[in-house]
Amino acid sequence: MVTTEQVWAALEEIPDPEIPVVSLVDLGVIRSVDVSEGHVHVEFTPTFLGCPALEFMKRAIEDKVPGVNVEVIQDDSWSTDKITAAGREKLRAAGFAPPAPRLVQIQAQVHRCPYCGSTDTKLENIFGPTPCRSLRYCESCRQPFEQFKTI
Amino acid sequence: MNELLLGLADDELVIGWRDSEWTGIAPLLEEDVAFSSIAQNEIGHARAVYERLTDDADALAFDRPLDEYRCAPLVELRLLDWGRTIARRWLYEVADEIRITALMEDPDVGGLAAKINREEAYHRMHAEMWRERLRDEPRFRDAVTELWPYALGVVLPAQREELAARVGLDEVEAVERGLHTDDFAPLWDEMTMVRRSAPVGSQW
Repeated sequence: MVTTEQVWAALEEIPDPEIPVVSLVDLGVIRSVDVSEGHVHVEFTPTFLGCPALEFMKRAIEDKVPGVNVEVIQDDSWSTDKITAAGREKLRAAGFAPPAPRLVQIQAQVHRCPYCGSTDTKLENIFGPTPCRSLRYCESCRQPFEQFKTI
Repeated sequence: MNELLLGLADDELVIGWRDSEWTGIAPLLEEDVAFSSIAQNEIGHARAVYERLTDDADALAFDRPLDEYRCAPLVELRLLDWGRTIARRWLYEVADEIRITALMEDPDVGGLAAKINREEAYHRMHAEMWRERLRDEPRFRDAVTELWPYALGVVLPAQREELAARVGLDEVEAVERGLHTDDFAPLWDEMTMVRRSAPVGSQW
């Protein structure tokens, strides 16, 4: 019989469809995994409500964990603070500035370049290639980069 | 409550549709991207709210006769002028913040409202940035004055005093939701065309 740990490990292998360097677990969108009497129940929280990858992620979970019941929770329980430390590091390594923690973002408004680490960056566009990203430009290394929005 | 949620969802669907009309033709490339993203978010919010009201969000969104839509006339208007478009975006976001914040107190939909509110924060930043840029332009000021009675119709009567204070205009008679503008019929026709023309029994 499948265990909770095995389900988490399987979910760890599902890449985010839009930013495949991070898994659904790294992204923090798996709120809970419950295994009882052979039934697997996964609570899944969307990142952005209009994200076209939602259905794709739900189906990927269903393909990976046979017989799973995926419950989509549309409340306020996900924020970018749920992205794990490992997930943030993977984002940075791939050239995406990870979202600042909400408190830091509100107080400091500092955005660091994922390439050179400089904070001398400016906002080019609040919106980017997907709803969860903004476009910024680093004045120090003259590199445009994508900033994961803090929500 | 359901009537209120249906009005909110219809507003988000229709403004999302109107915003998406700038995809490809906005005056700046950045605004192509911005309006497309905002439209995508708004339609996502519409879907999430429809799902609270029904098991088939697409059917609720697109299978109703025109007179059963509960959207505010503000979102229906077909605006071809950039200044008027920005005036609507700004007025809509100010009004939307007031009603979404009020809904965050609700035990049933408070969580969803809070999630929507997190995303709307970026729409507000965008709208405020443009408002700052255009606020002294006569065309923009005229558009705000023209659209102001429509903006009042987005929120409940009890919320209009707060809206007036935030916008900095005096309360006037609101253009209420319930009746549709002439601009809505062609939009309804376009929005619902695919589902209306699909053969019976089509799977989506």
